Amino acid sequence: MKRLLTGNEAIAHGAWEAGVSFASAYPGTPSSEILANVARYKEIRSEWAPNEKVSLEAVIGASIGGVRSICAMKHVGVNVAADPLFTFSYMGVNGGMVLISADEPGQHSSQNEQDNRWYALSAKMPMFEPSNSQECRDMLAAAYEVSEKYDTPVLMRLTTRICHSKSIVDCGDRKDVPAKPYQKNIQKNLMVPAISKVRRVVVEQRMNDLAEYTENNPFNYIEKGGKIGVITSGMCYHFAKEVFGDSVTYLKLGFTNPLPSKLLADFYEMVDEVYIIEENDPYIENWVKAQGYSCKGNDTFPPYGEMTPDVIRLAVEGKQLPILDYNKDLLVPRPPTLCAGCPHRGFFYELSKLKNVAVSGDIGCYTLGFAPPYNAMDSCVCMGGAFSVAHGMQLAFDGSNQDIRAIGVLGDSTFFHTGINSLMEIIYNGSKAISVILDNRITGMTGHQENPGSGRVLSGDPAPIMNIVEIVTALGFKHIFEINPNDLSAVKKAFADALALDEPSVIVTVWPCPLKRMDQAERQLYGNPFTTKCVVDSETCNGCKLCVRCGCPALSMNRETDKAEIDSPQCVGCDVCVQICPKKAIAKEVN
Amino acid sequence: MTKSILLVGVGGQGTILASKLLTIGLMQSGYDVKMSEIHGMSQRGGSVSSQVRYGEKVQSPVIELGGADMLISFEKMEALRWLEYLREDGKAIVNDYKINPMPVVSGVADYSDKILDELKAKVSDIIVVNAFEEALALGNPKVLNIVLLGTIVKMMDLTKVNWDEIIANEVKADFVELNQKALACGLKLV
Repeated sequence: MKRLLTGNEAIAHGAWEAGVSFASAYPGTPSSEILANVARYKEIRSEWAPNEKVSLEAVIGASIGGVRSICAMKHVGVNVAADPLFTFSYMGVNGGMVLISADEPGQHSSQNEQDNRWYALSAKMPMFEPSNSQECRDMLAAAYEVSEKYDTPVLMRLTTRICHSKSIVDCGDRKDVPAKPYQKNIQKNLMVPAISKVRRVVVEQRMNDLAEYTENNPFNYIEKGGKIGVITSGMCYHFAKEVFGDSVTYLKLGFTNPLPSKLLADFYEMVDEVYIIEENDPYIENWVKAQGYSCKGNDTFPPYGEMTPDVIRLAVEGKQLPILDYNKDLLVPRPPTLCAGCPHRGFFYELSKLKNVAVSGDIGCYTLGFAPPYNAMDSCVCMGGAFSVAHGMQLAFDGSNQDIRAIGVLGDSTFFHTGINSLMEIIYNGSKAISVILDNRITGMTGHQENPGSGRVLSGDPAPIMNIVEIVTALGFKHIFEINPNDLSAVKKAFADALALDEPSVIVTVWPCPLKRMDQAERQLYGNPFTTKCVVDSETCNGCKLCVRCGCPALSMNRETDKAEIDSPQCVGCDVCVQICPKKAIAKEVN
Repeated sequence: MTKSILLVGVGGQGTILASKLLTIGLMQSGYDVKMSEIHGMSQRGGSVSSQVRYGEKVQSPVIELGGADMLISFEKMEALRWLEYLREDGKAIVNDYKINPMPVVSGVADYSDKILDELKAKVSDIIVVNAFEEALALGNPKVLNIVLLGTIVKMMDLTKVNWDEIIANEVKADFVELNQKALACGLKLV
């Protein structure tokens, strides 16, 4: 049956077809929809793990246990999971296992642009790079065959445009893959030096064996055209075809570790001049050059960003399609903003007023606290790092007589991810850094995935709620302030109390994301939130503009009347602006 | 010959549903179809785009600069922001609707009243509609996305597709009739 699917949907369907029965992931753009779609198939047990390392470890366990399994994460997530990944490569599989790495050329929603193809090379794993949704499905089926035949985990490298682009897929039915019986085998599964040294040799042999596969599979092939040659993989194949059509000869690489040397030699027999078109690093280019061939790659194309058709056209032909010019002064940037009613707003409004603080942020919606009008974040490195970075900053400040207080800020899902370890650093090694956990009861930025604090698992079934305050108490913190971030006086007081201490403290702000789907019990718990509206009394408003400093998209100044006004459809009655207005001109609407 | 339609707007305006229905209709018409969107951070009130390409055989799902046959903008400033993607002789449909970006909301920038003038000066084949008012008249401002889908259908000559059936299959039962009316409204608007 033909269906129009995103790459992420095609991976999910492909996993179902391939007989996968266990799937785990931690959400991260552009990979998040893979598990959300896998979870629709009742034959596959699908889970959100607290972080990528745990996710991969669970999948490794499922493989040892004998079933086909899949793990999906964004590119930086693989860094978190790298420890088990490298050693699992030595162990090989029982049930077939595929790790999906969703890379982000162009950094649409990521903090870096790393090329995870190096992981396949470095961890000595076979790798596939699909170019469209059909190949996502087809290559996944092949990946499980390779995984089980060659006794290896397999990496599949996607990019944003593969994950989030739709194309037509010819789908099939689920293949019944019975579980392989478990047999204790420490020579394969227990990685102590005496055993892993033996496996190290097996890994080399495996990659040698795969040299035959890479020359003879349906995903590495030559498409004969003119005397100019293009070597390409992934979405770049379609970008290149958009520009060159059938006028060049392509070496299309879909299986990219190990790469096919014989096919490359055949290709170079056919062409006079070769372009390598790939995204991020010169992964293919380095290999081609190491084989002794000359080519144009990084010297011709930008070494970063997406190789979209306009980029290729400009690099090769020196021109783009004609472009309409217009007066750019008329444009105002439209950066992403915290939603109306976002519980982070009240917190960042108060944080922005503090002096002599250095704020260490983290990855989530709340990273937007760095932007105007708050400007309330000084650094952001990676998931879960806010507290440990704050710890190091605080020690540096204290040791050099700089009167600055370090404040680490992260969200609930990030706390469970690795923020919890980061918090241990503060209490164990002892610094007076202030730690803030913004608990909005859900994983916000990536699209509302459940997490260990949300009370549900991926299937929607209820789960035990990990209580953040109890966890922090158990870690040994003596000063914990649990507050409602929409109550500005409570936020202010928590900051004052925390700053007055010469010891570490934790502030936990608790209020649900206004976009969260809540059941009746949860709605009741928060007093049926987001159902009221605020209004401005234009008679009382004196146009002081203080309220718009809270950065609410529902609140603006009317240019003609010079009074504040509230866009009623957007407003959910969080009351933050009500508390800011010195004239008491904003109030709850009375029906 | 591959055709390219670029739908742009502000996160939350419904560009994703409109482009989803569009791609289903194109696929049912026998075209090869590709569509590209960027999810993630931009959803939070940021500028969003859906790129739809169709023809006998489509390669890139991404429209290049100067490559769109049609630009449909759900918000007027976004039409200008994405104008460089429109072909020199491309068509534009602009919804005369304003959503203030954060710098305007917080009072550090102004939303120019010359946006439509600039668009009309630069694009010869441009139609300005008020899909918000039309949707409001239908009883729900949220269906402005389907009103605008109707304008695309008319302008790109795709009226032979059974859009009512696609809407019936893809939209929640309670909203089918409203969305069908919205599409019909868009067809008449251009």
